[in-house]
Amino acid sequence: MNELIIYQLASVPAIAALGIILGLLFKGIDRVLAARMQARIGPPIRQPFRDLRKLMIKENIVPKNAVRFVFNGMPLLAVAASITILLYVPIAGFLPLMQGYGDLILLLYLLLIPSLALVLGGFASASPYASIGAQREMVSMISYELPLAVAVASIAWLFSRAMPGIASFSLAAIAANPVWELVGPVGFIGLLALFLILLAVMPGEIGVIPFDTAEAETEIASGMLVEYSGRNLALFYLADAVKTVGFASILIAIFLPYGISGTLSLQGANAVAADALFFLLKLFIVVFIGRVLIRVAVPRLRITQVVKAYWGYATIAALCGLSLIALDAILLAGGC
Amino acid sequence: MNLKALNKSLWAFHFNSGSCNGCDIEIIAALTPRYDVERFGIKLVGTPRHADILLLTGPVAMDMKEKLERVYAQMPSPKAVMLIGNCGNSGDVFYESYSLVGPADRIIPVDVYVPGCPPRPEAIIHGVVKVWQKLEKEAKK
Repeated sequence: MNELIIYQLASVPAIAALGIILGLLFKGIDRVLAARMQARIGPPIRQPFRDLRKLMIKENIVPKNAVRFVFNGMPLLAVAASITILLYVPIAGFLPLMQGYGDLILLLYLLLIPSLALVLGGFASASPYASIGAQREMVSMISYELPLAVAVASIAWLFSRAMPGIASFSLAAIAANPVWELVGPVGFIGLLALFLILLAVMPGEIGVIPFDTAEAETEIASGMLVEYSGRNLALFYLADAVKTVGFASILIAIFLPYGISGTLSLQGANAVAADALFFLLKLFIVVFIGRVLIRVAVPRLRITQVVKAYWGYATIAALCGLSLIALDAILLAGGC
Repeated sequence: MNLKALNKSLWAFHFNSGSCNGCDIEIIAALTPRYDVERFGIKLVGTPRHADILLLTGPVAMDMKEKLERVYAQMPSPKAVMLIGNCGNSGDVFYESYSLVGPADRIIPVDVYVPGCPPRPEAIIHGVVKVWQKLEKEAKK
């Protein structure tokens, strides 16, 4: 038991480093791809690493009216929470490090913390722009949480019915039994709807266009981040990068948990390497659709439109998905 | 302090101190696919707190003096100022006007002057190169 705890403690820095490197790498890929789609050449892929290094050497200003300990503490909290997400999701074919200590419900709360840290940091910085941004962020948090919660609850319900023995909210169990194999054709359509809902929640969750109303540079001067500079800004930059990888990993664990080593009949180290590379490919696809494509294709929405999109369309679609999965269960039980 | 890290990722804040919008359009033109300054890691940011370099346009009207001073003070150091357009450099057609307090370098320290009415995007990119050279010289000291 003691050895296990030591092993886990030793793995935390490794996972943190992996999350940071992957996050920044994908941020770079995101910028290059967005540039290419706009017929530009774009920055080099390592640009986010340079940005981070530059932000670390800049002066760190704390406004005179700010609540100092909240203002300085929240960036740390955002990074810590983002990295904690990675400890609870299966990455590159490995089981989550904290397996058995937390499930999807905990992840829903952990996903909230970086946004909440931004909100508190924004209010603490005593700037009217930051206050507006923080209020908008709270509204959009309330909006995207509803379809997300409906989708997650649907998945858990499907598991509790199809596999009564296992913990239905456990992400490791969900990843071990692909959801697509538990349903018939009607349920397949329902699951597809839920998958698309989670992809649509992703830009809201990580705060990119069209759902970055709270951080709009051009209208409210970067919103909650308006007073942040230097090291604190670098930490928020990092939290954003790591959270993108975290949320994409959750999506992959629920809907795309397949490995490639079985198909290629590989053994040992080869299988681990193949699965890791395949995971990177899946991560790339999810980030490409959920972040790059949406942000280049669509302009920013107003905050009222954000609420309407999530509470209206996305929630209705999620409820339809839930109904289809329930209908599928009835059909399967009826022996059709 | 390692200013070289700054060179590879200059974040710019654009401040209009009463410009006719000509220079501002040319700054935007430098971001478009034809010139694409994001190749060098340059991007526009929404607040002076995130900025490394202040792109100043316009002849600095009387009302804008105090705001310009505040924006400059809000930028975290190390920082640089690039003055874009004839107006800020000399006053140009507004020379000795009753409502001006410029040229801009009477109000805040300016690192690089980019003349032109308006300057072409090539000239603005050339100005950025001058900023790099200046920062590198400071880093060597």
